[in-house]
Amino acid sequence: MSPTMARLRAEHLCRQVGEKIIVDDVSLEVHAGEIVGILGPSGSGKSSLLRLLNRLDEPTSGTVFLENTDYRNVAPRELRRSVGMVMQRPYLFPGSVAENVTFGPKQRAEQIAGDKISELLGEVGLAGYASRDVSRLSGGEAQRVSLARALANSPRALLLDEPTSALDDASKSGIESLVTKIVRDKQLACLLVTHDHGQAERRANRILYMDHGRVSEQKP
Amino acid sequence: MLKVLFTNQIQLGLAQAAVAATLALLVILLARGRGIHLEVETLVAMVRGLVQIVIVGSVLLLLLRSPRWMGALLLVPMMIAAGGISARRAKDIPGAFKISALAIAAGAGFVIALMTLLGVIDVGITSLVPVGSMLIANAMNTNGLALNRIRADVLAHTGEIETALSLGASANAAVAPYVQASYQASLIPAIDSLRSLGIVWIPGLMAGMLLSGARPVYAAIYQFVVLTMIFAASGLTSLVSTIMVRGNLFSAADQLLMQPGAAGS
Repeated sequence: MSPTMARLRAEHLCRQVGEKIIVDDVSLEVHAGEIVGILGPSGSGKSSLLRLLNRLDEPTSGTVFLENTDYRNVAPRELRRSVGMVMQRPYLFPGSVAENVTFGPKQRAEQIAGDKISELLGEVGLAGYASRDVSRLSGGEAQRVSLARALANSPRALLLDEPTSALDDASKSGIESLVTKIVRDKQLACLLVTHDHGQAERRANRILYMDHGRVSEQKP
Repeated sequence: MLKVLFTNQIQLGLAQAAVAATLALLVILLARGRGIHLEVETLVAMVRGLVQIVIVGSVLLLLLRSPRWMGALLLVPMMIAAGGISARRAKDIPGAFKISALAIAAGAGFVIALMTLLGVIDVGITSLVPVGSMLIANAMNTNGLALNRIRADVLAHTGEIETALSLGASANAAVAPYVQASYQASLIPAIDSLRSLGIVWIPGLMAGMLLSGARPVYAAIYQFVVLTMIFAASGLTSLVSTIMVRGNLFSAADQLLMQPGAAGS
């Protein structure tokens, strides 16, 4: 991969449902180690854009390249493993923290060693939480588990859909710092959807504004 | 009391139907008082049910003089109709009618055919049609319950399902907990019927067998046979239905097609 090649590149991405255009001709690039913030009002298409990048929805036209490979040529399960996604709510599966963290690798019949689980939990500030039941976690802890669960798949890109919107200020600040550090350390390409201008200003290398499905402005 | 007022059997039957329907309507009015509106659906169902069963009764009268294969032929439209009725419980599941009709044909149809071949169900029209219709009706109810439950569970858990997908799970793995729950829930009535046989429930078929001269112990054993066949037909129908519906909930790229905002009902 050349140093200038984008890790994740969307080209003329559109999604239309019935008469409604949800994402309208969006093109963007995200490089390794970069956080691109996406701001915009509710219903502007921010989350829909992330769903297209993870291929949870199918674009009406346009496509996405993951390190120059058209994602239509990648098996959806492999693509989603490579493009991790953390949603607004953590949606943890019933069971222990370790069971949640190992969920992704288990889908490929891969075992994760206890040391690796501890390492992942340490990275998100939850050392010693492996055996804890997820029903006993706070909102901030649950979101950290959700982040560790996505990282357990060793993704190349990370899509964050308002990951701190349901958290208190202290938890929000912790997750923000954590994401910044992880993206830099692991050289991930990261798209951060947020409605919080301050958060985008603090954490993003670049900010895109979305309105009515279109990227209307780009702030370097 | 009604038997004193009506000596003609048809008139007596209509009077008994009117009394039973009035009671059902009173129940619906009680539900309405609690803000539950089932008036139109129940009225339509009762009128339809009465008209349909009278037509079937008349057709059976004609069929008694027909060749035996006519009985098997009559079960085919029953299965198609059952597919249509239970599919209405899951209108927003893509291909619900096709899934229901095929699942009922595979479940009830297979059990009827096998049991008839083995001599468990008599091939005569008076036996094949009523017993066959019982299996089809129960398969229809089970299928409706399974589809309704899976529809509700998927709509209530789109976040969990899409999270599993986004972590690299296959569509089958992502929806497996809800498919299993819907299968188990759909079989509760069939299991409870078996469990309560003879204690809570003595099926009408037993009374009919006794009236037609069967020995009481044989009539009793045959009730168990019928209920076990109902369980087998229902279980197989629900299994086929839940396997087939899994494929219709997702696109070829493992994208969940049913979303809460897009749900029709």
